[in-house]
Formats: sequence, C-alpha cells, structure tokens
Amino acid sequence: MHIDELNELAEQIRTEQGSCQHCVRVCMAASCQSSGADDLMKRLEDAAPEGDQVQVKSVGCMGLCSAGPLVEVRSQGDDRPTMYQHVESQDAEEIMGSLGGSVIKRLECPTSIPFFQRQQKIVLENSGVIDPENIEDYIAADGYAALVTALTESNPTEVLHEVNLSGLRGRGGGGYPTGLKWSTVAKMPATQKYVICNADEGDPGAFMDRAVLESDPHRVLEGMALAAYAVGANRGYIYVRAEYPLAIERLKKSIRQATRKGLLGANICDTPFNFDIEVRLGAGAFVCGEETALMQSVEGERGQPRPRPPYPAELGLWGFPTLINNVETYANIAPIIRHGGDWFASLGTERSKGTKVFALAGRIHNTGLIEVPMGIPLREIVEEIGGGVPDGRRFKAVQTGGPSGGCLPEQQMDLPVDYDSLREVGSIMGSGGMIVMDETSSMVDVARYFMEFCMTESCGKCVPCRVGTYQMHDLLTKIAAGKGTSADLALLEELCEVVQMTSLCGLGQTAPNPVVSTLQYFRHEYENKLIRDEFTDSIHETEEMEAVS
Amino acid sequence: MIPTPATNVRVVTFKIDDRDFSAREDETIIQVAWENGIRIPSLCYLEGLSVWGACRLCVVEIVGSPRLVSSCSTRVAEGMEIRTDTEPLQAYRRMILELLFSERNHVCSVCVSNGHCELQNLAQQCGMDHVRIPYRNAAYQVDSSHDLFRVDHNRCVLCTRCVRVCDEIEGAHTWDSMGRGIHTQVITDLNRPWGESDSCTGCGKCVQVCPTGALVQQGTSVGEMHKDRQFLPYLSRMRDAQ
Repeated sequence: MHIDELNELAEQIRTEQGSCQHCVRVCMAASCQSSGADDLMKRLEDAAPEGDQVQVKSVGCMGLCSAGPLVEVRSQGDDRPTMYQHVESQDAEEIMGSLGGSVIKRLECPTSIPFFQRQQKIVLENSGVIDPENIEDYIAADGYAALVTALTESNPTEVLHEVNLSGLRGRGGGGYPTGLKWSTVAKMPATQKYVICNADEGDPGAFMDRAVLESDPHRVLEGMALAAYAVGANRGYIYVRAEYPLAIERLKKSIRQATRKGLLGANICDTPFNFDIEVRLGAGAFVCGEETALMQSVEGERGQPRPRPPYPAELGLWGFPTLINNVETYANIAPIIRHGGDWFASLGTERSKGTKVFALAGRIHNTGLIEVPMGIPLREIVEEIGGGVPDGRRFKAVQTGGPSGGCLPEQQMDLPVDYDSLREVGSIMGSGGMIVMDETSSMVDVARYFMEFCMTESCGKCVPCRVGTYQMHDLLTKIAAGKGTSADLALLEELCEVVQMTSLCGLGQTAPNPVVSTLQYFRHEYENKLIRDEFTDSIHETEEMEAVS
Repeated sequence: MIPTPATNVRVVTFKIDDRDFSAREDETIIQVAWENGIRIPSLCYLEGLSVWGACRLCVVEIVGSPRLVSSCSTRVAEGMEIRTDTEPLQAYRRMILELLFSERNHVCSVCVSNGHCELQNLAQQCGMDHVRIPYRNAAYQVDSSHDLFRVDHNRCVLCTRCVRVCDEIEGAHTWDSMGRGIHTQVITDLNRPWGESDSCTGCGKCVQVCPTGALVQQGTSVGEMHKDRQFLPYLSRMRDAQ
C-alpha cells in the first residue's frame, strides 16, 4: 500500500460515514460496560430508525468514568456534540426521539467543565471517537499514515531522528529517553531483534494502558511497527495481563485486521520490512511488569528479574537485543512521526515533553481518565479537572506512582507535574495512577496498604525485598494498631534504607517509597500512634502477659 | 558467566579499595576481588554456577554512581573505582544477614552444619552478633524421605545453588522454586517428597553446594556435616576445556 492509496481509502471511509445525519457514540470501555453499556447499546440499536440516517457506534473510553455509561450525540451541521451521563438502557428510546430536537436536560453532561476543557489529547485523541474494533475508523482518523509514510518514504535513521527530536521519555514510569533506548537497540549488531510492548499495568488505581488498549488498539500496533522498523526488529510481543480480557480481545482482533490489510506481516507496503505481533498473557504477578521479569515470563520461565546491566537492549528476549516500551510510549509514536518531533517537543516542559495520561481515582469528584500537558500544576489536576474532594471533606494527600511512588501533601500542590519535579519531592511520575485521599485517610494505613501489596507481590528472589517487605509490613501493622514503640519506628526507617539501596529490581528498590514519603510529610501521624515511653511500654507488656496467662 | 561474544576481549585497569588492578573486561568484580584476597561477602554466588544476584550481600559502591551494584553480576570496566567495604555497606550487609536470620529458624547450636556453615561464617565476618528484627518463627517441613539426603527448609536461605547445580551441572533439574515472596520455597520435582522424585539421580551435588544446613547427608548430627566443594571447580574446568 502506498500513502496515496491509504489517503484515498481514508477519504472514502470518511465520505461514507459523513452521509448519516446523527452519530450516537456509546462508550464501550470496561468501566462503562460494567455499569450496563452493553445493554444500552443493544437498546439504542433497536430504537434507531431504519436506514442510514442514524449511526450507533461503540467507541472507547470518553474519560469521565464516574459518570458512566456515557453517550455522545453528534449531529451534522452541529459542531458541538451533546454528551449524556449515567444513561440507563430505558433512556434509549428517549435519546433516539430527541435526535434533531432539543437536548435532554435530565441526562446532559456539561462539556464546558474544566474536566473536558483543560485536557490536551494526543494519546487519547481517538479515544471515545472511533470504534476500536474497526480498523477503517482508525484509518479514517489518519491511522497508519505514519507507518506507511515512514516505510515508503523514509529510512529507519530518519524515524529514529524524529523520536530523538521529540524528547519523549518512557511512560512506564522510569522516564528513560525513548530515542536513546531505540538508538541503542538499533546500534546493536544482531541477526534477530525483538520489540516488546509492556501492558502489564499492575499499579493499584491505574488504568491508563487498559483504556488505550480498549479504545485505540491500532495506535499501539502502529507505534510498535514504527519502532520495529527503526531498530531493525521483525517480531513483536504485547505482554498484557490476563485481567484485561476486553483489551486482549480487541488487540487480537486488531492484529488480525491489520495483517489482513497488509499493515502487519510480511513485506509490509511492498517493502522488505516484515513485522509480526503476538499477544502474551501475564498470569497476575505484579513483578512481571519489571522488564527483565517480563522477558522471563514471555520465554515461559518463572517471572523473576535478573540484575541489570546487561540491559534488554543488549541482552533481551532469548538473548537477543530487545526494545521494551510501555503502551503509552508506543501510543505517542504515530503522532510524533505524523507531525514531526519538533511539534511534540514544543509541548510540555524543558525536560518532560508532551502530554501524560493520568488515571484519577480515590476521593475525588471526577474519577476517570485524563490527558494533560506535562508541567501542569498538581492543584489544577486535583481541584479543577478532578473537581476537588467530594462531600465537603478536606484534601489531605495525593498518591502518585502507585506502590513505587509517594504521597504528596497540600503544601506540594503547586508543583508542576513532570518527571524531575516529582522525584525531587520524594514521589515519582510512575505510570500515571493518581489516588486522592481526604482527611479521613490515615497515612499509616496507606503506607501499610502499599507495603502489603509489595510484600505479596515480591517474587522472593532477593533477600532485602523478600524478607524486608515482610518485616516492614509487620512493623507498620504493629504501629497502625497502636502497639509500636519509637524503636520500631527507628528500625522501620533503617529497613527502608536497606531495602531501597540493596534490592535487586525496581519493585524492591521503590517498595519503601510510600513509607518514606508519608514519614516525610506526615511523621506526626506515626508518632501519635506510638506507645509513649519505656515506662508505659513495660506496663503494656505486663498487661499483655497477664492477658495471655 | 554472563553470556557474551568471546572475541577480542580487552584487558582493563581499575581500582578496588584504592588498589590498582587489571583484569579481562569480561571478568566480574567479585572474581577479581576474590582472586586478590578481597573477600566480598556473598551467599548465592558460587564459582562454576550461573550468576544469580539474589543475596545482595556482595553489593559494592562504584564511585560516581548513585546505585549500588552486585559485584557478582557486574563486570569490571576501564577506570572504574570500586569500594567494597565502606561503613554504609557494612551496615547494609549486617541488616541483610539479620533479615535472613529472622526469616527462618537458624539456631546454630543444634544445626548439623554448626562450625561449617557459610551463613554462620558470614555473620561472624560481618560482625552481625545479634538480631534486632523480630523472628518470624514460621514452621517449615523437614523432608527425610530420600535414602541418602535430607532437606530441612528451616535452614534454607533460598540461594538456589541447589537448583542451579542440579540443572546446570548434573542436568537433572530436580530442584526448582515454588511460591513467591516470603512463601517461596525450593521443591523437588513438582513438590513431591525428595525420596519419591523421578528425576533425582542421587548424585548429592546439591548437598555439597548448599551453604547452610538445609541440605545434608542422612545420619549426621550436630556439627558433623562437612561439605566438599572441590568437585565443582574441577567439573567446570573440565567442561570448559572440552
């Protein structure tokens, strides 16, 4: 396929789709499906008038998950679409009846609120707009144009150059420069190379990758194909956790569709470039999101990390150089190639370019998925886009970066959200989970919760993580129960340092972060729970002994 | 034993604890250090087996790098300045040993390996004279079903030397690990009693490489279990020569 043919096809699809008067889009991502979007979709299809005046379309995530199921109505000649929230299946007939008429006030979701207005969408540009199960929809939205142009008109070095120029950094959490990683793999002299997409999203409260895979899977495939072309790989693996059945189904379907269209497989676009993608399922271990453990798992081994270096770029899957990036990183590639690296570099901050997708969860009004430019103040995300803390309660902290991140208090709210600023204050960007907590949350309990997560998810290979997380969890449980002493707190702090400094992989090295950051900002909460002094300490012990005997 | 293209290997010079050394660039820090009498503590590393990098006792500082690296898995490089025995490192190693002692039941006075135990020696070498961390006091099984050997999981430190020697040297792969996190355990076959194992050849290599009293010969009493490591360097040398 040549770019002219692809453009022609896109134009043809757009004309076909443009012929209908009203387009009713129903969010069919996991969150809306769980609140009944499936049924609603059927009812809408039944209620739709005969002919091609009205098109009912299943689309991906529209972002405001807390208001689901969401339906969007777009009519010809009307450039502002109407969005309906909390739609139930019995509302289907009413919606169909209102087409071309007035808006149903009862169900209307105002799109003028900051949640929609402050976002800037690159990764999610097609999310909630196109049908994720239809490759033609993606092509009509300029999909695969970047791949076809790159294959037919530029060489791998030029693709690398654009990615380098863009300043894109790894979206999985580490923030390693993507261009540098790609050129390292590209430079490796090897007969075989692999490209892996890490979709083993495991942080509690994070659902960015799931949304991208469910809403726009072709974008990830296109990004991977461009990466393979740039580094000289011919095989790709997408490692998805088995807990994402919808994402898996859509990915597999997309791979079939793209292969049928000649956009994956052998001799893509009649060039010598071959690229096949296979989906591999993760069996539920959090540690398999760590790149070396992930590769072990793909190979069929026990998912355990190994020391780095050597990095995967040098010694990866089955010993061959391997490029491994996160879902969101690949999702950024096609727009970068389409609009140029300069365009991407003009967004965001000096050292963190582009946008970032965040999953807002916890005690916040608008839970859901957002995409904002890097460098946006934390306060703007929480208070304006997120709509603040509900029920008149006071904001206490926001947790970023999942079990590897930290809790940031009120005084850090004006911090610009980028890789380096977050690291400076003791948290990390992570993959994009953001959990908001109000005054009712105990920070010791929060730290204990994350430590329990790390303890159960430790693979058991290295001593500091295996035993250290267990002991830290034990100490936190003791302190949370009001039975800890100042010696316990001192031991906890000492353990934090040892586990951070000596653990084998990222899981262990970052497991103490929630404890360290809550100790940094909410130390009084720990101290308030301690047994006062040695005298009362001994009384407690005698009481306990007596109770036992 | 990190896989590498073995052509045109260069020799590099570097410093360990302010002393100058030279070595082939495919040698690891621990190899060079041990060769020159610098005893970096380690539990899972054993010459002749693949690198595992899990005990974390052999971590060292590299000047200019914020991260510690395990010396068993890191190759030397030109101009590298390595510190193996700084105060923070000593404290970390003591804490790691304390964690190991707290994890399972390591009571030396009643152990068959008392006096010949690598864990005990390391505790002495690193100055870990008491354990401040609460003991877990978890009960583990003792499997005496094998005619010749016995496994006492209470003494296991999960270094996986048994797993590696069985797989890499004997080629039987009787041993492997099961479970994760604190519940990890080494198992024979698919967690069947050792005596019922179909794959075990009874060679006893696992017993000889085990650093503690977890894998021992039947019929040994307190302090009687001496282990013989000489076979491993010999076997790997003979294998390399082929």
